[in-house]
Amino acid sequence: MSAENQYLLELKGIEKRFPGVHALQSVDFELRSGECVALLGENGAGKSTLIKVMGGAHQADSGLLLVQGVLQSWDKPADSLDAGVAIIYQEFNLVPGLTAAENVFLGIEPSDFAWVRKSEEMQKVRDVFNRIGAEINPDALCDSLTVAEKQLVEIAKALVRDAQILVMDEPSAALTKKEVEQLYRLIDDLKLRGIGVVYVSHRLEEIERVADRAIVMRDGARVGELGREELDRSRIIEMMVGRKLENEFPKEVRTPGEVRLRARNLNRGQKVRNVSLEVKAGEILALTGLVGAGRTETVRLLFGADRADTGEVELDGRILELGSPSDAIEAGICLLTEDRKDQGLVLGQSIKENFGLPNLKKFSRKGWMNDSLEGQSFGEYIRKLQIKVSGQSQLASQLSGGNQQKVVLAKWLERNAEILIFDEPTRGIDVGAKFEIYQWMNQLAKAGKGIIMISSELPEVLGMSDRILVMKEGQLMGELVNGPDVTQEVLMGLAIGGHTACL
Amino acid sequence: MKWIKTIFSSDYGMLGVLVMLCLFFSWITLEEQQPEGVDAAEVLAFSINQSFDLPGRVLIAGRKTDSGEAFTNRLDELLRQRGWEVTGVVQGGPPELGNGLRSSFDQNESLDLLACEKTFVKLAVLQNFQKAEVKMAEVLVMAPESSFWPNFLKASNLLNVANQIAVIAILAIGMTLIVITAGIDLSVGSLIAVSAVLATWVIREWFGGDEATVAGMIAGCGFAILICSALGLFSGSMVAYFGVPPFVATLGMMMVGSGLAYMLSGGLSIYQLPQTFDWLGRGDDLGGIPNAVVLMIVLYLLAHTLMSRTTIGRYIYAVGGNPEAARLSGVPVKKILLGVYASCGALAGLGGVIMASQFKSGDPKYGLMYELYVIAAVVVGGTSLSGGRGKVFGTLIGAFIIAVIQNGMNLTGVQSYTQKVVLGVVLLAAVLLDMLKKRGWKLSL
Repeated sequence: MSAENQYLLELKGIEKRFPGVHALQSVDFELRSGECVALLGENGAGKSTLIKVMGGAHQADSGLLLVQGVLQSWDKPADSLDAGVAIIYQEFNLVPGLTAAENVFLGIEPSDFAWVRKSEEMQKVRDVFNRIGAEINPDALCDSLTVAEKQLVEIAKALVRDAQILVMDEPSAALTKKEVEQLYRLIDDLKLRGIGVVYVSHRLEEIERVADRAIVMRDGARVGELGREELDRSRIIEMMVGRKLENEFPKEVRTPGEVRLRARNLNRGQKVRNVSLEVKAGEILALTGLVGAGRTETVRLLFGADRADTGEVELDGRILELGSPSDAIEAGICLLTEDRKDQGLVLGQSIKENFGLPNLKKFSRKGWMNDSLEGQSFGEYIRKLQIKVSGQSQLASQLSGGNQQKVVLAKWLERNAEILIFDEPTRGIDVGAKFEIYQWMNQLAKAGKGIIMISSELPEVLGMSDRILVMKEGQLMGELVNGPDVTQEVLMGLAIGGHTACL
Repeated sequence: MKWIKTIFSSDYGMLGVLVMLCLFFSWITLEEQQPEGVDAAEVLAFSINQSFDLPGRVLIAGRKTDSGEAFTNRLDELLRQRGWEVTGVVQGGPPELGNGLRSSFDQNESLDLLACEKTFVKLAVLQNFQKAEVKMAEVLVMAPESSFWPNFLKASNLLNVANQIAVIAILAIGMTLIVITAGIDLSVGSLIAVSAVLATWVIREWFGGDEATVAGMIAGCGFAILICSALGLFSGSMVAYFGVPPFVATLGMMMVGSGLAYMLSGGLSIYQLPQTFDWLGRGDDLGGIPNAVVLMIVLYLLAHTLMSRTTIGRYIYAVGGNPEAARLSGVPVKKILLGVYASCGALAGLGGVIMASQFKSGDPKYGLMYELYVIAAVVVGGTSLSGGRGKVFGTLIGAFIIAVIQNGMNLTGVQSYTQKVVLGVVLLAAVLLDMLKKRGWKLSL
């Protein structure tokens, strides 16, 4: 085998079974030196399992794993790191109480008999930070770093360990647009140094930008490969879902009615400054802007999750006293949080119990639960929303992102809320389920509800909303009625634009 | 291996452990049991009926003790019912037995049976009669037969086990609720002392000490429970409103409570209480079951219903599983926390009242280290310290596992220091099982 053809990383016929699931079915994967391969697939397609096999966190039931042509057998993550494969998971493996430098060298500190050679460590950390263009104070506690900085620390960690292969799981998920750009440049740079990068992402436009090749998985099997010039959005989607999607966004023509929800001069610290907005009946209002622009903070005020310093919220002409989320829920406002795992669901409980949580008054009499009524009602939603579950008592943690979101949606639909706030409703959700969520938003709007949708995905904003508010640094930067002349560039301009355009 | 996993994976997996422990202690405490008193009379009457087709003349003999008297009276009654002619009833030892036999024979009629307690069978006086008296040869000597039965499984011992664990088990209900909300309460032990001292102090100072009426006693105990509930509520508000870690908040309350109990009692026992004060702790009005055990069972049924059938139960699990998600779903998280800590305090107060009643005094040393046994019961019962999961009846099983181990070791004469080591190992094993369960039975990470 000539050096040119030798793969940096090669997986052949990887099989992995979990109880009841055939997670990987004879998967092949190959990565060359200096190449970035995107790994695509819906949630549950087997991407995570595959990268865990690459990282030694899972052991394949059968199949071969070669690094630079040498057969490997790994028992634990440390083994794969020794062989030069570094995995950067979405949840970083950093110790919050240690400094950036200490984290980078954790476990491989330059030392004499347990005595750390601090200055050497510092020098090396500075070098590697320079190499990846990270402007991080090596003495800063990891706790205090931003997500992007933590990611750079992870990359630095991989580089000081001489990793030749870098696997990144959804690296852009929590980054701002600018940080994502920096990441792209870093990946280009790493490629030039001969490092191979595996890039796992849901965001198709990123793949087009960063990847040389894409390998698509579906239902635990590799279903195809697309070269650089074939990387086309609709092709990718078609391969991922296994069918043609006519239209990504099922936008309907609507005529919004009267104003239902009105907020005046909401303020909370620096995060929300003087925000006023209104939502009409049968309208989808999009709230967009960069991550950290104060969008989530604004809707948390509408929902009573945080208390506003000043300002008032009015629903159907009645001023609301919002002391806690239960007040808002009582009034008919509900929030589908962006972070389903930490805020949307009680992961250790069954989906039925999660569904029942805001609706217990309905399913109980004088405090006594009526389990069968609850089960019956949830059963209908499982059918209506086509939630894929093994049973009502399945734990919420066992569901894929899309199905989790549907459970959250079901619990608020049962509540029959008047105003539904969707915070990044399709983040981490596969393409098929996305479409269904969009359809539900349309149906709710049609039924005269007021919908607020927070989204960073500009195509989604343009594809779904009737009216768009753009936020920046806690303030509203502009309000646009969605139409042909509203483009991604216009929105981006407002989101990063001048300070003066305050409404 | 698979069946072991299946047993431990279920919610009440520890029930299997409890059953195994009971079997084990039954086996090693298996002993020859001599029936006593009324039981002995009934056993003997039964075997007499088996041996004789027709009733005849009988002499009954028993020791001059309470149980001996009960034996002779009952046997006399039973045999007369069946048509026996009782020639005499002997109470006492060898001389009395000799006199009894002699007077029976003197009546110059035949004697068919000597029905006596086991101790009489081997007496020398009987053997002398058998040698000297011709008529004695016709007399059948019968005593109640002994049987094999484990000391552990005697009804009295089982009730004893239940009675000894009642206080800890009742406290463990409140602790279970708190642990399900991902908290812990270290103050329950000292709240026992507060409650015991306060209840007895109030009865002594306000309601006339040993002349207090029933209403006065109820008022005193109720007041003590109320104050403990308020102290629990205070810990709860530290947790709910100020985000103080439950460990710290209740550690403080533990010290405060202990100090209060000593201050109020001046470090001495309060024993000026009416005779009837021990009704709760020592009485057994319901078919011989101690009142404290009845109360414990009732409370467990109530708590189980609360946790499984009501919205409050759902809320408690949700708060422990994910407080933020619960709050955003409209669950009144703070109220739930307050309620849970207040009920735990009230149950600790009740435990203190029961203990005061058991010992018929209030003492600031009561409940020392009880929090550790209570937490152990909860953990052994399978409730996860990380919150969100657990079952009330699991805790009852956990409490009984601890009680059975202690009792079994007492019966087999294991030293109390060794007992502590064993209990500690059991606790560690229970936690290990819990971790293994969570990890899907894999040892490595």
